[in-house]
Amino acid sequence: MLSDVDLAAVWLTLKLATITTMILLIVGTPIAWWLARTGSKWKGVIGAVVALPLVLPPTVLGFYLLIALGPHGPVGQLTQFLGWGVLPFTFAGLVVASVFYSMPFVVQPLQQAFEAIGSRPLEVAATLRASPWDAFFTVVLPLAKPGFITAAILGFAHTVGEFGVVLMIGGNIPEKTRVVSVQIYDHVEALEYAEAHLLAGGMLLFSFFVLLALYSRKGAHTWK
Amino acid sequence: MEITPDSTIQARFQVIWPGFTLDVDLELPGRGVTALFGHSGSGKTTLLRCLAGLEQHGQGVLRFKGDIWQDNGRGIFRPTHQRPLGYVFQEASLFPHLSVRKNLDYGRKRVNSGHKVSLDHAVELLGIGHLLNRTPDRLSGGERQRVAIARALATSPELLLMDEPLAALDLKRKTEILPYLERLHDELKIPVCYVSHLPDEVARLADYVVLLAEGRVVAAGGLRETLARLDLPTAFTEDAGVVIEAVVAEHDERYHLTRLDFPGGSIFVAQRRETIGYKLRFRVHARDVSLALTRAEGTSIVNLLPATVTEIADADTPAHVLVRLNADGTPLIARITRRSLDHLNVVLGKSLWAQIKAVALLT
Amino acid sequence: MKARITRLLMGLALTVSSLVTQAAQVQVAVAANFTAPMQKIAVEFEKDTGHQALLSFGATGKLYAQIKNGAPFQVFLAADDKTPAKLEAEGDAVPGSRFTYAIGTLVLWSAKPDFVDDQGEVLKKGDFKYLAITNPKTAPYGAAAIATLTKLGLFDALQSKLVTGENVSQTYQFIFTGNAELGFIALSQIIVNGQLTSGSTWIVPADLHEPIRQDAVILAKGQDQPAAQALADYLKSEKVKTIIKSYGY
Repeated sequence: MLSDVDLAAVWLTLKLATITTMILLIVGTPIAWWLARTGSKWKGVIGAVVALPLVLPPTVLGFYLLIALGPHGPVGQLTQFLGWGVLPFTFAGLVVASVFYSMPFVVQPLQQAFEAIGSRPLEVAATLRASPWDAFFTVVLPLAKPGFITAAILGFAHTVGEFGVVLMIGGNIPEKTRVVSVQIYDHVEALEYAEAHLLAGGMLLFSFFVLLALYSRKGAHTWK
Repeated sequence: MEITPDSTIQARFQVIWPGFTLDVDLELPGRGVTALFGHSGSGKTTLLRCLAGLEQHGQGVLRFKGDIWQDNGRGIFRPTHQRPLGYVFQEASLFPHLSVRKNLDYGRKRVNSGHKVSLDHAVELLGIGHLLNRTPDRLSGGERQRVAIARALATSPELLLMDEPLAALDLKRKTEILPYLERLHDELKIPVCYVSHLPDEVARLADYVVLLAEGRVVAAGGLRETLARLDLPTAFTEDAGVVIEAVVAEHDERYHLTRLDFPGGSIFVAQRRETIGYKLRFRVHARDVSLALTRAEGTSIVNLLPATVTEIADADTPAHVLVRLNADGTPLIARITRRSLDHLNVVLGKSLWAQIKAVALLT
Repeated sequence: MKARITRLLMGLALTVSSLVTQAAQVQVAVAANFTAPMQKIAVEFEKDTGHQALLSFGATGKLYAQIKNGAPFQVFLAADDKTPAKLEAEGDAVPGSRFTYAIGTLVLWSAKPDFVDDQGEVLKKGDFKYLAITNPKTAPYGAAAIATLTKLGLFDALQSKLVTGENVSQTYQFIFTGNAELGFIALSQIIVNGQLTSGSTWIVPADLHEPIRQDAVILAKGQDQPAAQALADYLKSEKVKTIIKSYGY
């Protein structure tokens, strides 16, 4: 069965994906909301930045994160100034990288959900004395629930499957930055195909069932 | 009704969009139903949204019975959720994730002050008691709209705004809801602004009419006076006519007719079920009124009224003119050919007979 | 007359042989760390022999997997000596065709000038947060780095400071971006035209670790292919050895 090292990698991966998904839901919701509602000329720019990880090779993103988060990079200077040190080769660094990397997988489903809801429910809520915040929590959130579930599943699954970025800024440290995908890569590189199969097969099944759950979910309320 | 600034709604709004400008300055009565009437694109919905504070680009002043709701010049803008109003949208807009009961409660429980309209009363008024535990997707279009109206009423609004609440419904649903709206009209003491593009709907429900075209107010005033005016744009005159309020006076069992009396005379219509003394509104279209110099004998037309010419104006085609008549206090409009005008020598002040071919009863 | 016929025949023979040699191509799998020298060698190879070498670059483990699964490579230049031996043992390479084409030189390098001294004393002081190495499980340079640290008696002290790149290029990036202050990489990565480029370097003495052999082998698909054999021979020539040396091997 799985070795202790493999199990540690699995545990670390689940921890990383959970934390990343939670952060993304908190950070991604206002971004998606803004993108869905704004008429600003910056909408295109922000939307494109959010979508970049969809098209960029992960190594490119990883390379720039390595530079930006590094001791000479702008983010690295800031984190050092704040006394947090530099982020590469730390779990926190992986979380930051994963948040960037999985951002479009959370923001885009949310944005679509918010766009589908439109402004009418908010107007209705306003005429029923609900303040904008009140309306957001009592009307928008329940109506966007399917979008939130999709976003959470995709964000989690994509973080689990992340490899290139982690490889670039993780440094492959056991129990800190060595996640499953890196462990599989190591097994393959070391020609340990049996161990690789166990982890890779597990990942394949996991991904399949996540997507199966996602695609066989029934649509919830539609706004008419 | 006495009009003082503290009992009316004063609204001055400007909305400028590419290709459309709304520019209105109105004083609306503080009770009764005001119809915002006009063709699509005339700005009536935009005006309603301005009153509600929903129109982001709406600049101007809104004073509701002495309270200032909006005055952009002085930096005052009460957001929608702080205006004591109810709004019924064109499509029912119920919250799909909430039951009918929770939809009704949504606004009600957010109102702090005392409930002038009880929930039970709203439910009873709209006849939705049997629907409370359903979800919106299990309601018909008419039922949804009734729930939406009750939901707005349940907040005890001081102003009710309705944006063509019947437009999305077929004729059957419309006739299902209209009686409820008439009850609102009779029982509620709050002002209602009602957007419509259908003359019959306006004639049936409204007390006061604001006629809009291309973002401007073309006419505003009491229902009868306004609809009987001849100086309105041609877009409205093809449907020109008057509204007359009458009382059921007599049933003629032999010929199955009912006599309706009104200040200018009386007319016969096909027999009605209403009891004697019941008030009815009916509409007489200008195209259904012809003129004769003498009381015609040997005609099949039943309804003849003596009248005096008070105004002559162009109609929607060069071949026709509109003639406004006074039938002993009740205004009438006839649409006749220019040729007939000359032949009959119709001039101001002339006395003649108006022959009414048909009336449209509005109940 | 006889002379004319002989000349004619000789000309024909030459034409045929040159047609044969010019048409020959050889598919070569090359370890990524040998990219630059191999590109240069391929140019010279074609000039000198007329054969054309088609190069595919990749990590040694990945190339191994591709070869095992039917990739059309005829010659394999690995980054280690283990993988070619394994292929030969498994019958995927021509027996006896294995040879060492380059020996890597391990260096301790920092992007900062004066950080690494020419005796490697910096390791003993331990005044740094991260020391970058390449994965010792998969990369010979990583294994050599671990061997060096062990031999210096510093492995236990420095183990918690190790960060691992999956290949030497990545390890180089860790150091180049300053995220790791120093690390063990290949001399070939920081040498251009025989000159050290930047930063500070300690060339690790060869007796601190096993030699980092990079072996080549003719694969089963290259058996009896003249161009494959020609490339193997060419890699052993003095001319090529000089080229390889100039790249830091």
